[in-house]
Amino acid sequence: MGQDRLALAVLVAPAIAFLAAFFLFPLVLMLRTGATGPQGWSTYAIILSNERYLGSLWKTVVLAASVTAATLVISGIAGVFLARTRFRGRRLLTAFLTLPLAFPGVVVGFMVILLAGRQGVIGELTHAVTGDRLVFAYSLAGLFVGYLYFSIPRTVLTVMAAAEKLDPALEEAARSLGASPWVVVRDVIIPGLKGAFLAAGAICFATAMGAFGTAFTLATQIDVLPMVIYAEFTVGANIAVAAALSFLLGAITWAVLAAARTAAGGTVAAAG
Amino acid sequence: MTRHRGAVFAAGLAFTALVAAFLVIPVILSVLAGITANYQRGIIASGVTLLWVERVLQLYAHTIGLSLGIALAALLCTLVLGVPVAYALARHSGRLARLAEEALVMPVAIPGIATGLALILAWGAVGEFRTHWSFILVGHVLFTLPFMVRSTLAVMLAVNLPTLEEAARSLGAGFFARFRTVVLPNAAPGILAGSLMVVTLSLGEFNMTLLLHTPFTMTLPVGLADSYASMRLEIGSAYTLIFLILLVPLLVALQWASDRAFGLEVRR
Amino acid sequence: MSVAVELRACAFTHADGTRALLPTDLAIRPGETLAVLGPSGCGKTTLLRLIAGLAFPDPPGRVLFESRDVTSLPIERRNVGMVFQSYALFPNLDVAGNVGYGLRLRNVPKAERDARVARWLAMMRIPELAHRRVDQLSGGQRQRVALARALAVEPAVLLLDEPLTALDAKLREELRVELAGLLRDLGITSVFVTHDQAEAMALGDRVAVMRAGKVEQLGAPEDIYRRPATRFVAEFVGVLNVLAGEVRDGTLHLPGGSLPANGLAPGPALAGARPEQLRFDPEGTLTGRVRAAFFLGDRVRVVIEGAAANPITVETTGAAPRPGEVVRLSAAPPAPWPLPDA
Repeated sequence: MGQDRLALAVLVAPAIAFLAAFFLFPLVLMLRTGATGPQGWSTYAIILSNERYLGSLWKTVVLAASVTAATLVISGIAGVFLARTRFRGRRLLTAFLTLPLAFPGVVVGFMVILLAGRQGVIGELTHAVTGDRLVFAYSLAGLFVGYLYFSIPRTVLTVMAAAEKLDPALEEAARSLGASPWVVVRDVIIPGLKGAFLAAGAICFATAMGAFGTAFTLATQIDVLPMVIYAEFTVGANIAVAAALSFLLGAITWAVLAAARTAAGGTVAAAG
Repeated sequence: MTRHRGAVFAAGLAFTALVAAFLVIPVILSVLAGITANYQRGIIASGVTLLWVERVLQLYAHTIGLSLGIALAALLCTLVLGVPVAYALARHSGRLARLAEEALVMPVAIPGIATGLALILAWGAVGEFRTHWSFILVGHVLFTLPFMVRSTLAVMLAVNLPTLEEAARSLGAGFFARFRTVVLPNAAPGILAGSLMVVTLSLGEFNMTLLLHTPFTMTLPVGLADSYASMRLEIGSAYTLIFLILLVPLLVALQWASDRAFGLEVRR
Repeated sequence: MSVAVELRACAFTHADGTRALLPTDLAIRPGETLAVLGPSGCGKTTLLRLIAGLAFPDPPGRVLFESRDVTSLPIERRNVGMVFQSYALFPNLDVAGNVGYGLRLRNVPKAERDARVARWLAMMRIPELAHRRVDQLSGGQRQRVALARALAVEPAVLLLDEPLTALDAKLREELRVELAGLLRDLGITSVFVTHDQAEAMALGDRVAVMRAGKVEQLGAPEDIYRRPATRFVAEFVGVLNVLAGEVRDGTLHLPGGSLPANGLAPGPALAGARPEQLRFDPEGTLTGRVRAAFFLGDRVRVVIEGAAANPITVETTGAAPRPGEVVRLSAAPPAPWPLPDA
């Protein structure tokens, strides 16, 4: 047994060493760097009272929350529909819905440009119909559409997997007791999918908080938090503020995921 | 379920089809734009061309090579670092093991831009490291390692590896014999799914790489962003087309591998 | 008397401090099948794992195989054969690969290995399954493969952890008979853990009944059944009628009458009787009312109220009384025995 324990330690050691050197140590250093500006440790207090940073933080949180809500509604309906009905073309439709899975944010940004940019289809259509060109890719609305595009595929997959695992006997029991289809949805299906919604929603929120590629592609003037960090670091060379904001951003997303995991009791991890 | 094929079914189908259209139409547009001589005038009026694809290859071929190289290197690193960790976590469920798992997953929970900045602050001034492609590799390994561990661990738990190992021990298998004859073969589907995930994610990683890259180490997604910002739409589209040709087969393979690996739980 | 496996003062404490096994001495004879019987959590699986070398006794406990101290040897160096409750067949190997696995590790040449695998599969009557994947096997087939795999390495002792539990009732019965024959024919020393008392009785040359980390009684199945050492053993093994009453003038007085008090001390008394120690008898001195009757095929089990403080169970192969009927009972030899309080 002692020999086994030693072997296990040897197995884990390289990964832990790697993590310590290239993740934990840099994070601590970043926390420290946040305090190297002229204001020292109060940099953290200052960014939380600075109107521009605070406004950016709020904008990011509201955007992430609304993307999460919209994604859950859309993916919930589509996911449950695909999981619970059988028809010709279902597999193809599922494949379409999951095609953009793991598209990087930059590419998603480009997809939004093709939809709603200056040469986009929506512009063409509205131009043909009303004479005015509707272009919203380069605004917060464009970012919202981009994050939806990004979040729907993985959320649909999560919802489908959970919906297929729902015990059909629960629904049959509810119906045997006289529940109408809507009551079944309310009392059986939504509670049954709660864990999946919680997990997928947390990932969606955390990803939208930190996603950067889409905003970077769409425009530099959308001041969501990652863009502000990037600007402070590259243009402003304001390393202390960039570090402090990064640390704040990391702490928020990590806390959201940790809270969701505690609530769901399962495993929740973000991606992208 | 086939009985009430009424309004609810029609509404559900229409809604789902609409969502699918939202996701697929831009991809089709992008592919078409990449082979259209002049997107403004349309594919029919201006004709089909591979000119833009050729231009992209002239301008950005090095980014494709670098991204593939980094993805393969990241795969190698996550295999070496991650599979042993998954094995250790499958064997131990104590508090220390949970803590190690938590620490391991953290890089996924924290936005890439934050991790990237932290890496630059900590290691950016160390010798030639900053300008070498291995600097990006480190970031990619941090970000992809949890996926390798999770995927491998899930399969190891699904086949009930600890009991299989006890069986192998009862028949006289020592540590290395077990690892070779029981652990690796039975974890293989999870390792495969994890590997495809690592390569897919590494190829597309942008959030961290934008900060980590230098003019000498431009990866494919960074190149994409560059082309979207500074080139005409057709070139961006052609570049995207090349990226999709790399990515989509990986995604299909990943889906297949995941079904195979995690279908195990259903079969048992 | 030679001993195949011996435990000396073996106790086991989990990392969290809970005691799974109290200090236990146990000697298993060569060629015997020892059934370890008890409810879940009684320490029977811990006992098996200590013998196997999957767990190690708290000091100063020792494990000996034929007087050789193997206490510090891990399972892979003890040469035991083990059949797991879930069978733990390797999904990456086919049936022959599983059975030959231990031989491969022992560097047995391929030709000989194949021959030995074929022989074991033939003995298990599954030669046609050699190249089948293990996930295509039925429960019974898996059980046979697991047994063949454990036996192929010619182990010093065969350890079986609830090997029949995963099977359905009819198959379990069938394989129990087969297993009993096989163990006898091979003459291999084996330890068999189960929570099913019928299985323990049928398969064990001796049975160790365990409770709360302790062996309560070790003996031949008949001893365990006829002369239980503790109240727990009496209740856990077989059906027990508890007769609480008072002994006066050589008679055990019960709520519904009396029975002869052979060997019971005068005063308040607690006696135990198996169903076959009581019989329907029109001349009987104990009266009760039939609560329910269960048809078991070869006999009828009748539950009677009012005779003793608790309902009692009597079995008959003759015509059974109906529920509600008042019946008379008398004692059949051997007489009810005194029942320990705890």
